[in-house]
Amino acid sequence: MSDLAPKALIPVPRGPVPEAPPPRKRAMVELKIDGKTVSVPEGSTILDAARKLGIDTPTLCFLDTLTPVNVCRVCVVELEGSRTLVPACSRKAEPGMSIKTDSERVRLSRRLVLEFLASSVDVSTAPQFPGYSERYGADPERFGAKAETVKQPVKIDNDLYVRDYSKCILCYKCVEACGVDAQNTFAIAVAGRGFDAHISTEFDTPLTNSACVYCGNCIGVCPTGALMFKSEYEMRQAGTWNESRQTQTDTICPYCGVGCDLTVHEQEGKIVKITSPLDHSVTHGNLCIKGRFGYRFVEVNSKPKK
Amino acid sequence: MILLWGSNARETHPIFFHHLLKGLRNGAKLYAIDPRRTSSAQWADAWLGLDVGTDISLANAMGREILAAGLEHKWFIEHSTSGFEEYKKHVQKYTLERAERETGVPAEVIRQTAHAYAKAERAELCWTLGITEHHNAVDNVVSLIDLALLTGHVGRYANGVNPLRGQNNVQGGGDMGAIPDRFPGFQHVENDEIRAKFEAAYGRKLDPQRGRNLSAMFEAMEHGEMTCAYVLGENPVDSEADRHRAKRLLGGLEFMVVQDLFYTETAALADVVLPAAAGWCETEGTVTSSERRVQRVRAAVPPPPGVRDDIEIVYELARRMGQNWGTPKAECIWDEVRQLSPMHGGMSYKRLEELGGIQWPCYDESHPGEIFLHGRLWADPLIGPRAPFSCVEQEGPVDQIDKEYPIRLTTGRRLDSYNTNVQSGKFASPMRRQETLDISPEDGTKYNVREGEKVRVSSRRGSVIAPIRFDPGLRPGLAFLTGHFHDQVATNDLTIDAVDPKSGVSEFKATAIRIDKCSAN
Repeated sequence: MSDLAPKALIPVPRGPVPEAPPPRKRAMVELKIDGKTVSVPEGSTILDAARKLGIDTPTLCFLDTLTPVNVCRVCVVELEGSRTLVPACSRKAEPGMSIKTDSERVRLSRRLVLEFLASSVDVSTAPQFPGYSERYGADPERFGAKAETVKQPVKIDNDLYVRDYSKCILCYKCVEACGVDAQNTFAIAVAGRGFDAHISTEFDTPLTNSACVYCGNCIGVCPTGALMFKSEYEMRQAGTWNESRQTQTDTICPYCGVGCDLTVHEQEGKIVKITSPLDHSVTHGNLCIKGRFGYRFVEVNSKPKK
Repeated sequence: MILLWGSNARETHPIFFHHLLKGLRNGAKLYAIDPRRTSSAQWADAWLGLDVGTDISLANAMGREILAAGLEHKWFIEHSTSGFEEYKKHVQKYTLERAERETGVPAEVIRQTAHAYAKAERAELCWTLGITEHHNAVDNVVSLIDLALLTGHVGRYANGVNPLRGQNNVQGGGDMGAIPDRFPGFQHVENDEIRAKFEAAYGRKLDPQRGRNLSAMFEAMEHGEMTCAYVLGENPVDSEADRHRAKRLLGGLEFMVVQDLFYTETAALADVVLPAAAGWCETEGTVTSSERRVQRVRAAVPPPPGVRDDIEIVYELARRMGQNWGTPKAECIWDEVRQLSPMHGGMSYKRLEELGGIQWPCYDESHPGEIFLHGRLWADPLIGPRAPFSCVEQEGPVDQIDKEYPIRLTTGRRLDSYNTNVQSGKFASPMRRQETLDISPEDGTKYNVREGEKVRVSSRRGSVIAPIRFDPGLRPGLAFLTGHFHDQVATNDLTIDAVDPKSGVSEFKATAIRIDKCSAN
């Protein structure tokens, strides 16, 4: 036995290269989109199939890392044989489906969704809105100046991030990221009904009294800038936020050993915010409070003197 | 199944815990073994709240139960391990009843956990400092490895033993030879052939003897055998157990250089302080994560004026000593590592960029890296040596509880803080609260103290004043402090520097304390 036992001095020989088990084989589903035939693995959505054909489908409440909730309806498509339009982001592809993504009915529906949202919500910091609005000819002004809005004061109750619910389109992404899809903290949910529906902490308490652990994963998924890093908010208020003068560099978090990928956003030699790529195998876009906000030590002027 | 042993990953490794939670949502079971009912334990199917420092008793009893129930992996034991008969004999005395008596965990829960682990199709055993910050750290670890060998939960996809690394490059530091007996790639300094390779590369003779670990260095300072230190990116005055001793010994050195981002407590004692750039965002290089994944760090912002990259500082020192190493460049140094360390051979910067990191070993540029280790143990016929069982005995903490010091103090991290807080103390965390001595509400009644009341906390080495906080996750007789706030409560005035001779780690996790009412209120 003793001659077979490993010896620290001698390197252990190489073994076979380990492999992950192959992914479960999925049957292919064939369907037609805008007259073109496409084949996708069982369980794929209409959105997946459309993407495979290179068809650009607008989405607001959908994100690859979150479970679809079908609330914004901007991705709707016309499915032959269906009375209503169906959401491409969650409707599974079925064999023999015939789908139109750019019919008059689809275009009208998408335009209305964009108009309703833009007339009631401040979409000025929502990066996708200008493109979508132009594409569908949305005119939110047509409801007039008296159109109801969700305008309200910005909630600033901590030093890390602000919540401007005047900009909230109730896409549920923050709720999902705080919940089962990533963080599992459940600090926020949708409260109220109808036009009064809003994202809320328990009993609308300030964040500092809530279950929030300041991972900022809600900011990472917010499509409108309603949730914003305080650093970005303050620079925007001061008129100094300038994305054309920013760089983005990927590096690794300086804290624990998990190896989270950080995208450092720099402006004028200073870190202005930290995000993580959605497609990174470790983070899936998510970070913790230290990774997302704990960078300030590099700018504190406490470098030792010689 | 995941056995989380001595780890509060929910707070210390939050993004790892996301992955773990995904597993739980897919039906995996979590067993949390921790003296505290932590925020990780709250997600568990079962929490085994053992007494501090009784891990070996629990592990050996699980081993005995697995054998008694015939749940061991017979083929794997026969084919891939050595020392099984001795182990089998050794664990016989660790009955469930004995383990219940020693650990405080009900025998039935130990039995269930042992059965669940042995029967699981895939099981990961993960631990953190709850296992390793003990005077018998290595014994603790091998008692867990025994369980993996017994059940074959190692060397296969989604099975394994996994120390969750607490710092972004603590794995990389070891990989690069920042341990006393190894060159980069875990190549032993006492192996003549390996040493000859490094001697040829560096053009000089290298010391054929292993060096000292940190604890041994302090001992050598005590005996006057070590009179000079060059401290890079470490704050031992605050982070070492028995802080008074650490400060006295470092302060008594003839010459000390500190190279750091900050003017730390340790830097304050130094003869020369070299201001260093932040490795993760002001310099180029690599770090290696807990998954053995080598990943690139990149310069995103310039360092402040007068502050230099670590590599540049070392090159400049070499130049002043009469050696010209040329222009410092991280990639060139990495390529040198690749030439000398076979397990890093295939990791060119180009490939690291393309693949977003590679898990070692990666021997050449066609090698994909390895997603798990020890697959050789399943090769038939077996490749390489057998994996040995170890026979280790339960041995309680050095700092024993008695009438005078009746409370067991353990230590750990909080979610928003990190080590001695030199980094994490610089951002405005809304969750940050001052240091408190956390005790169970029952002990609050027993010692007649209120929440917020300042008490004197004493160990056999020192005493501090700390406010009380009740934590229902603590059992009576157990107290908790972090090591984050030495300016408020110098936790390491209390801790013991009882050192594991095999790893050099101190027993931060087990201090005997008492609490006394005091007039500081």
